[in-house]
Amino acid sequence: MKKVILVILGFFALLAAYPVLFLAAGSLMGKQELAVYLAPVLAKGGGYAAFRLFPMYPTLRAYVELLLDSPGYFIMFWNSVRITAGILLGQLLAGVPAAWGFARFEFPFKRAVFTVYVTLMMMPFQVTMLSNYLVLDQMGLMDTLWAVILPGAFSTFPVFIMYRFFTGIPEAVVESARIDGAGEWKIFLHLGLPLGSGGICSAMVLGFLECWNLIEQPLTFLKNKELWPLSLYLPDIGLLEAPAAFAASVVVLLPAFFIFLGGQDYLEQGIVAAAVKE
Amino acid sequence: MRRHGRKKAGIRKKNRAAAVFLLPSLGGVALFVLIPFADVIRRSFLDAMGMEFKGIGNYLELFHNSAFLLAVKNTMRFAFICIPVLLLLSLGIAVLLTGAGKRGKLLKNFYLIPMAVPVASIVLLWKFLFHSQGFLSAFCSMVHLPSLDWMNSSAAFWVLVVSYLWKNMGYDIILWSAGLAAIPDNLYEAARVDGAGSLDCFFRITLPNLLPVFYTITVLSFLNSFKVFREAYLVAGDYPHDSMYLLQHVFNNWFRELSLDKMAAGAVLTFLAVLILILLLQRAWGREG
Repeated sequence: MKKVILVILGFFALLAAYPVLFLAAGSLMGKQELAVYLAPVLAKGGGYAAFRLFPMYPTLRAYVELLLDSPGYFIMFWNSVRITAGILLGQLLAGVPAAWGFARFEFPFKRAVFTVYVTLMMMPFQVTMLSNYLVLDQMGLMDTLWAVILPGAFSTFPVFIMYRFFTGIPEAVVESARIDGAGEWKIFLHLGLPLGSGGICSAMVLGFLECWNLIEQPLTFLKNKELWPLSLYLPDIGLLEAPAAFAASVVVLLPAFFIFLGGQDYLEQGIVAAAVKE
Repeated sequence: MRRHGRKKAGIRKKNRAAAVFLLPSLGGVALFVLIPFADVIRRSFLDAMGMEFKGIGNYLELFHNSAFLLAVKNTMRFAFICIPVLLLLSLGIAVLLTGAGKRGKLLKNFYLIPMAVPVASIVLLWKFLFHSQGFLSAFCSMVHLPSLDWMNSSAAFWVLVVSYLWKNMGYDIILWSAGLAAIPDNLYEAARVDGAGSLDCFFRITLPNLLPVFYTITVLSFLNSFKVFREAYLVAGDYPHDSMYLLQHVFNNWFRELSLDKMAAGAVLTFLAVLILILLLQRAWGREG
């Protein structure tokens, strides 16, 4: 029985991981090899496509070609980096203090304001799309990277996650610092930030995966395709371009994958913190 | 009296500190969402130029707009099919993983990988998988089933279902596992001493104790279902097969035509629908937790 369960679990686990293996394998194949397997899809031949997870003749040519021949791709890569960095930085500067404010202070209308934050974090893009557009248009920011960065920087989701972690700091610790005469700002910097760093990391890991994957926002707010991020990259997949398409897909994947490997614990904690009441 | 006064001053000082911490974020949220959303509500009662008052005309139009209705239908159908399947499947896997101990922990990592895979890189596989001569068709012909051009038929809807399940499985497994870990072990031990089998334990201890997480997992899975637009868009572009035509497609079309009146009414309706659904679920399950 135990073995059967493990086999079932293993099968589904492989299924979950298969797409990554597929992309990695494909990116290491040469033109000819890919053509042999995928010709029915890429060219108008008969039969069906096939594949193997271990290239017969592994080569890094696809990556070299991507590096040398597609300047457009790297412009998109940099756009993605700038958008992601901008949004995350904004979430740090505005979101961390806000989370601390919600977690540590009582003030009039706190419940109401907090409910607004939670409601906003649940709303899909369709709800905020027109609102964002009206403001961005007024400010003349449409068709600049700011149009994607600014609304993202003020997302309320990271505030909520960090709030959850900040409320976990025992009041006694904060109170004793207050009695020692520390100002609120000092308490925030020297107690809040280090003790809540787990929450900040969680919010950043989740934020990164989200920003690296933005599609609706750049599609709406950026008409100029030179500003588009990698998440909108659509490879031409003819027979000739196939290897580069695989390599490009792997390059999109890598940053997110490394963040995932390094921050998996934070990712899990963040997801749980956002959902499960203590 | 003096003491009272000092306490009051202390509160005022703390209020000022709270304001300083909150202002940057609150200012941004107000500027980019709250204030313009008030404007959106106002516009939803005006014509596209924002000049003439139309009453609830825009809303009535939406209910006769075939594109909007199709998108709503697809979105609801999607949610009703995907969410139960996702919840059950991820619960089953989470229970088995928890029971499998150390090996379970190792295997769990694999289930989380899809969360890290950007849509842009997965599209390539989707294209090969669901092409009329792709891997899925190859498999169908192997077992003597008819194959299709999956993306350009009503099967396109199921392509979305598969991508959603694949992408969100890990997310829900994490949440279920957290719920499972919170159930105290001694409940099971006591039950086993009383002679309960593992099925008894599951239905009488595990399931009732998971009810509080059930609510949040359902809501979050529903909210995540709006994001399948990403797959739909990258796989099929602005004008996909009817069966994968989603709300975001409609909004994008309105945006291109600058039908701000329809967009405004649509945004308000979506807002209300999501809000009502969350409140309903909260009421339905809130009592248990």
